Amino acid sequence: MSTGALRIQRASGHAGPIPGEDTQRRMQVAKLIDTTTCIGCKACEVACLEWNDLTFRDTVFENSYQTMPETAWNYWNLIKFNEHQRDDGSMMFLMRKDQCMHCADPGCLAACPAENAIVQYQNGIVDFQQEYCIGCQYCVTGCPFNIPKFNSQTKKVFKCTLCSDRVGQGLEPACIKACPTGCLHFGTKDDMKELAETRAQQLREHSGYANAGVYDPAGVGGTGVIYVLHDITNPEAYGGLPSNPRVPWTVRIWKGPLKWLGNLAMIGGLIGVTMHYLRYGPKHVNGSGEEGGRP
Amino acid sequence: MNDGILRYNLVERVMHWIAAITYCYVLLTGLAFYSPHLYWIATLLGGAPTSRYWHPWVALVFTAVLFWMLRQWLGDMRITPQDRAWGDAVGHYIRNEDENLPPIDRFNIGQKYFFWVMLYSGIVLVLTGGVLWFPELIPWSLRSLRYAAVLLHVSAALISIGAFIIHVYMGTAVVRGGFTSAIRGEVSPAWARTHHRLWYHRVTGR
Ligand code: HEM
Ligand code: SF4
Ligand code: SF4
Ligand code: SF4
Repeated sequence: MSTGALRIQRASGHAGPIPGEDTQRRMQVAKLIDTTTCIGCKACEVACLEWNDLTFRDTVFENSYQTMPETAWNYWNLIKFNEHQRDDGSMMFLMRKDQCMHCADPGCLAACPAENAIVQYQNGIVDFQQEYCIGCQYCVTGCPFNIPKFNSQTKKVFKCTLCSDRVGQGLEPACIKACPTGCLHFGTKDDMKELAETRAQQLREHSGYANAGVYDPAGVGGTGVIYVLHDITNPEAYGGLPSNPRVPWTVRIWKGPLKWLGNLAMIGGLIGVTMHYLRYGPKHVNGSGEEGGRP
Repeated sequence: MNDGILRYNLVERVMHWIAAITYCYVLLTGLAFYSPHLYWIATLLGGAPTSRYWHPWVALVFTAVLFWMLRQWLGDMRITPQDRAWGDAVGHYIRNEDENLPPIDRFNIGQKYFFWVMLYSGIVLVLTGGVLWFPELIPWSLRSLRYAAVLLHVSAALISIGAFIIHVYMGTAVVRGGFTSAIRGEVSPAWARTHHRLWYHRVTGR
């Protein structure tokens, strides 16, 4: 929520360019999550709650390590525990830290009608500014990762901020700081990409994960959160990580062609009736001098 | 001259104006979120969160009135062969050559189409509006419903807006006396004879 020293490069519901856009060098930041070294300790969940002052949330027990099905308005960061069967029949856990992906082309921002309620800073962080949010939940429809969550009491939507308040002050996100295994990294997108590729190569060459790879989906322009996966061909196995996430095409049409077509049609309609009036004018009633129908 | 003919009784007028006022409110708040260039409308109407809060509730009133209208006017809104003949000659109507038009009953085919367009777009709007209202109740696996709803809601709204522009224009600027009749209920015999001759014969016996 805090803007800190961060500059905005894109804002929701905003007509025209953003003042000051492109006046600074853009250094994209990214979080790297190496699922292969995550031990599911939930330290990052606790750090997120603590830093962001979020209160306790009820958990569920469903005979698994999963304490709640998905992130919530006051729980922005959740480890997804997936019991996965290897080809040889043995079991392994696939654990994935789920939170906002900070898409380069964010569907939430494209869908949002409220000016400034969703912004993208020049470092790539996508942030919700609740004071401008109107609670319409269009962002919920626009997001391909099921991330924005609605608080029905305050009628505002919340999600991971990538700790923009910390990053703006030159600190790393709270979850990164808390991770005991070093499976979380934070830095520039380029550095993180390189580190991730190195790790994936290591997994392929030395650890027997022939399909290991980096998840940085092109469908949303790449993300500010990238994963190293044991099996890049099957991201769905990691608690429903979409293999080719995209902003829904109906959202694109709704926010693109339908807007200007609709505007043209409405303006055309108004011009049309005005022209009709100028050309033909009002109707006259036969058999009486009157124009109107007043008795 | 005090021989006005009752065209709309009190119930019909109340019904009409509830529909008109609720529709205008829903239209304006909807448009505010439709385009960043129109967001200021929400500010005028008490702020964007307020507009967002009331849009669906007022829209529910609007849809309820649509069904009330259906009950009141169903008999008058069925399209008859005379209407079709009139419709074939609609060019004369547009050019204000009304003397060349066949006689019709209480409503012309344009008014009837307007009613049906509003009713059907109202049904689409209430169904898709429900999805927009409570997207969190749609499970993630059925999210394509949300994707469809946003498109259909706006499309149905735009269709109804087109019909609405023509309706307001005809009722106020072109067919003088129409607006007064929707408020006071009465029209003059000459008005009735000119615009709705069969209806005139039917209600006056002349
Ligand atoms: C019971 C029926 C309806 C329900 C439940 C409903 C609900 C909604 C909801 C929840 C939204 C999201 C934002 C907002 O609240 O403004 C919306 C948007 C909208 N509604 Fe409705 N609505 C209904 C009927 C109508 C009607 C009759 C119109 C007529 C013009 C309309 C026009 C719009 C428009 C133009 C938008 C903005 C779409 C956009 O953001 O592009 N709605 N509606
Ligand atoms: S993951 Fe969803 S909420 Fe996060 S930036 Fe992408 S579209 Fe927006
Ligand atoms: S609910 Fe989402 S889309 Fe709607 S105003 Fe708030 S942030 Fe924007
Ligand atoms: S970046 Fe900050 S807000 Fe996002 S999950 Fe980590 S701790 Fe939570």
